[in-house]
Amino acid sequence: MSTLEHLRNREAILRISESEAENRAEVIDPDDERMIINMGPQHPSTHGVLRVTMELQGETVLRSKPIIGYLHTGMEKTAEDLTFLQGPTNVTRMDYAAPLFTELVYSLAVEQLLDIEIPERATWIRMLMCELNRMSSHLLFLATNGMDLGSVGMMIYGWREREEVLRFFEKVTGLRMNHNYIRPGGVAADLPDNWQSDVREILDILPDRLEQFDVLMTGQPIWRDRTQGVGVITAEEAIALGATGPILRSTGYAWDTRRTMPYLAYDKVDFDIVVGSYGDTFDRYAIRLNEIRESMKIVEQCLDMMPKGPYRVEDRKVTPPPRARIDESMEALIHHFKIFTEGYKVPAGEVYTSVESPRGELGCYLVSDGGSKPQRMHIRAPSFVNLQTLPHMMHGGLLADAVAVISSIDPIMGEVDR
Amino acid sequence: MSRVQTSEGTAEGNSDTAPDNAHTDTAYDVSVSNSNGQIVLHPEILLYESLIKNLAADGYQMCVDLCGVDYYKNLTRKLPNGVKAERFELVINFLDLLGKRRIRVRVQLPEDDPKVPSISMIYPGAEAMEREASDMFGFVFEGHPDPTPILLPEGWVGHPLRKDFSMGRIPVQFKAVEGR
Repeated sequence: MSTLEHLRNREAILRISESEAENRAEVIDPDDERMIINMGPQHPSTHGVLRVTMELQGETVLRSKPIIGYLHTGMEKTAEDLTFLQGPTNVTRMDYAAPLFTELVYSLAVEQLLDIEIPERATWIRMLMCELNRMSSHLLFLATNGMDLGSVGMMIYGWREREEVLRFFEKVTGLRMNHNYIRPGGVAADLPDNWQSDVREILDILPDRLEQFDVLMTGQPIWRDRTQGVGVITAEEAIALGATGPILRSTGYAWDTRRTMPYLAYDKVDFDIVVGSYGDTFDRYAIRLNEIRESMKIVEQCLDMMPKGPYRVEDRKVTPPPRARIDESMEALIHHFKIFTEGYKVPAGEVYTSVESPRGELGCYLVSDGGSKPQRMHIRAPSFVNLQTLPHMMHGGLLADAVAVISSIDPIMGEVDR
Repeated sequence: MSRVQTSEGTAEGNSDTAPDNAHTDTAYDVSVSNSNGQIVLHPEILLYESLIKNLAADGYQMCVDLCGVDYYKNLTRKLPNGVKAERFELVINFLDLLGKRRIRVRVQLPEDDPKVPSISMIYPGAEAMEREASDMFGFVFEGHPDPTPILLPEGWVGHPLRKDFSMGRIPVQFKAVEGR
């Protein structure tokens, strides 16, 4: 219980209401020179619309509170009005930097309620695409993290490398983002011809570029000064606050759902879990950089081990029949019509599934009442929970470091607010 | 083996929701059931806080997820014997990082008084999630250190994820901007 008392006694969270924060903003208390300021919601380094209310004493951050909800569009409510087939179009818009993971966790939940087994090739395609997505998401992190800390060149490089991956996504799914590619029952389409050479090209380009990033940032004294020892959190604190992903791993705690509670075919591929040792901003940066290398290892193995066969279940109640069958078979036409008008029915029940997204544990709690639309669909968004570590990481640090800390959490506001 | 139901075969689906006599087991002194291979505990509200303390002592270090569910008029859902279905449910997922196990707690909350003790003193990570459930369903978490809205603006009327909060029929509530 000592961690709990420690967290409580630290008084890192500014527990005042929104309107009170507005009234007291930018007024210096004459007694102790404390002042409350609002950072955001339109600050360039707040990654969208995050607002942080901070209590400052001089340049030191004392208490703070992340204020969210500016992007709340009621996506969980929307999900209750969409059929299980339409669901992925909605959830893919939550974490817009890693959309395939939300599609995956939703599809896994639906499949578990349906009690269907998806073909092996679909599993491997999902794994290939998710690891490529992890790479693109971490490259985006490197870009924004570099920009936030003053390395503006890095912003351009990160976006450039990410685009290489997104170009492949566009070829496979038709879209750069918001793919709706992973669906209950498998994936929307098979990989295109010559996909191997496209993936190989990405794998050929990246190692050199990652080494350039090492020169530009990892080994650079200014970069290290800005990040080392900044925003420190311990493993006990991270666990108590529910933080997962790179934040938990930066403390040296090797928790990665892909390894500890394997899903898809992660138990069949070889990769390492990257952990840090100090739980600071530098560790969180280094973990993400090296996770790109680990993802490349997995992608490499997907290239070699990709099985042949169908890319979605052959159960015509769940996946539509091939176009050509509709011309020949009345039954195929009926199935096609039923799936796209009424949707398929999912047995009553509830289930929680989870995957390791680039930001931590991404979960989906799905309740079905036996109809073709969910009774309740809840996404456990890692960014939403991870943001709770922010006041503890910023406490006692400098205002200039607050930017580094926010950036190192890598929050995606679409997922935080849903 | 596929259990997909066609639109013609709904009769089978209804029998699924009847109470199952096989589930009368208990764990941590509360009813336990198996939901698609996942362990679910069903405490009464009075036993809720002590159950959470027991779980924390038993190695469930992390409160992974906390959310509400509105079953509205669907009161015939499958629950263990002796658990009375209410309109609302509070669902919490716990994770044991060392033992690599998960457990879920489902608490039945009555429509007229959806009140439970807050667990954010035991699991500080539940704080934001409890605020969200309070926004979306109007649950009251007693002893919560910061019971302010989190996703909704201050002063918002209604709880959007309740089933009787219909979509598209309610005008957007704008806040008045003073001096303009």
